[in-house]
Amino acid sequence: MIKFEGVTKTYGEFTAVDNVSFVAKPGRVTGFLGPNGAGKSTSMRIMVGLTPPDRGTSTIGGLKYADIPNPGRHVGVLLDASAQHAGRTGREVLMLSALTMGLPEARVEEMLALVGLSESEAKRRVKNYSLGMRQRLGLANALIGDPSVLILDEPANGLDPAGIHWMRSLLRHFAERGGTVLLSSHLLHEVEMIADEMVLIGRGKIVAEGTKAELLQTAGTFVKAEDLTKLHAALERAGIKASPSGDGGMRTESDPIDVGRIAAAEAIVLSELRPAEGAGLEELFLELTGDHARENVDFEGAMA
Amino acid sequence: MSTTTVPYGDTLDVSKTPGIPLSRLVRVELRKMIDTKAGMWLLVAIGAITAIASIIFGFVGHDQDRNFGDFLGFAGTPQGFLLPVLGILLVTQEWGQRTGMVTFTLVPHRGRVLGAKVLAMSVLAAAAIVLSFVVALVTTVIFGGSNRWSDFTPIDILKISVGQFTGTAQGFSFGLLLLASAGAIVTYFVLPQVITILVNVIPSLTDKAGWLDFKTAQGNLFTFGEGNLSGKEWSQLLVTGAFWVLLPFVIGVWRVLRTEVK
Repeated sequence: MIKFEGVTKTYGEFTAVDNVSFVAKPGRVTGFLGPNGAGKSTSMRIMVGLTPPDRGTSTIGGLKYADIPNPGRHVGVLLDASAQHAGRTGREVLMLSALTMGLPEARVEEMLALVGLSESEAKRRVKNYSLGMRQRLGLANALIGDPSVLILDEPANGLDPAGIHWMRSLLRHFAERGGTVLLSSHLLHEVEMIADEMVLIGRGKIVAEGTKAELLQTAGTFVKAEDLTKLHAALERAGIKASPSGDGGMRTESDPIDVGRIAAAEAIVLSELRPAEGAGLEELFLELTGDHARENVDFEGAMA
Repeated sequence: MSTTTVPYGDTLDVSKTPGIPLSRLVRVELRKMIDTKAGMWLLVAIGAITAIASIIFGFVGHDQDRNFGDFLGFAGTPQGFLLPVLGILLVTQEWGQRTGMVTFTLVPHRGRVLGAKVLAMSVLAAAAIVLSFVVALVTTVIFGGSNRWSDFTPIDILKISVGQFTGTAQGFSFGLLLLASAGAIVTYFVLPQVITILVNVIPSLTDKAGWLDFKTAQGNLFTFGEGNLSGKEWSQLLVTGAFWVLLPFVIGVWRVLRTEVK
């Protein structure tokens, strides 16, 4: 279990992590979702003691990270797949970790097989690796100590759809065995695919958290009408606020039955009327990412 | 993957996990010196240049110069230049290549990692000194002049060892201080030269050179056959060493322990 309590980290005027508290439970895959620069990586670095927090505490399984003996045997960490010596071979990267943790050399071969790096790929130097291969190597490095907790920063970045599918089943099995998984992403659909629980972070603050089902289920209605302006006016008169959403529709906070009644009373023809599933999360996420939209584009461009 | 079916609770059971012994960390650090192209070629270069320089000297040196002390000087010079570079790279790769993110996650006590690096560098420096003695011994036997064993006393073994160790330590300290390979290497080679030139051209400093310039103070260690250094010379070595080796080391350690690893 990973527990974050009131953690704050500031850089001068800028508050990277603002009084953040949350728990990643054993047996669950927790998605840490937010735009780039929201504080995900800083939070993860604080978890493993690379960055000291200004306030608050972070524990893993009830212990401070620095108090875990041989932490690689308990907590598997992948913070940046590119943070490897370009001149080392993939195999050597794993050898150094195995040696540090006191693991047999056979464990290196097991991990290479697990993440699907072939013998010839493992002999290549990391500078010749694609981002996807680096992610697989990083994942192997995180798993080599047979940990019960995994902390992965953007592990799906650079993986192709098949790779993401592979990682999903890998992490699912890990959680089914009782392990704790915390993974971050700036892409909603990625986290939706992999995680059971979600923690949404924006500008250093937690903005929403819960199970995927809880977050995707929101009160509200999506409605499309023949005459949208007329419907909008009718709803306004009834005291229901409606805002444009999707292609040619509106969203309201009230239930579909109320919207239907008003439309019927005013004889407005509806072409669509349904609970606004998932729209809440998506819109919240878009709102969060809006300010960072350009940054996202640049990021993706740089990675391509 | 293990097939453990024991469910993990909310707390970690660390009772069966021994800590990481320092000896293992030293082995890891020694391995890091040779498992990259840069590190491996540096070591190959040290060995090759040492051997080639000694052999060339064996063929072209004057009869009276071809004695053990001079052969040792030839064998030790390339090491004196290149070992510190290895020390610099051992530290700076954790930042320049960002491997520190893995290293300091696997060992969340940075002081222990630095301790292991210091020990690993010491092991390597000792091995290099032994190598230079072996090379000097072999080349003296093969190429030695008529007076091959003169001008060398056992105290010289201590002197050259101190010289090589302090040189390596200085490189290591500069690496710690700057945490960047290129900057540390350039500074290591340029700064001492600048200081040497300065103390030699500024008249008021010249007679105090031994107290200010580490290279000047160190120079006494590489003259053989003249017995032990005087008390004053040892003091000068201590004073300049404290300033040019120990001070950057202390600031560097402080920096590493406090800095954020990204």
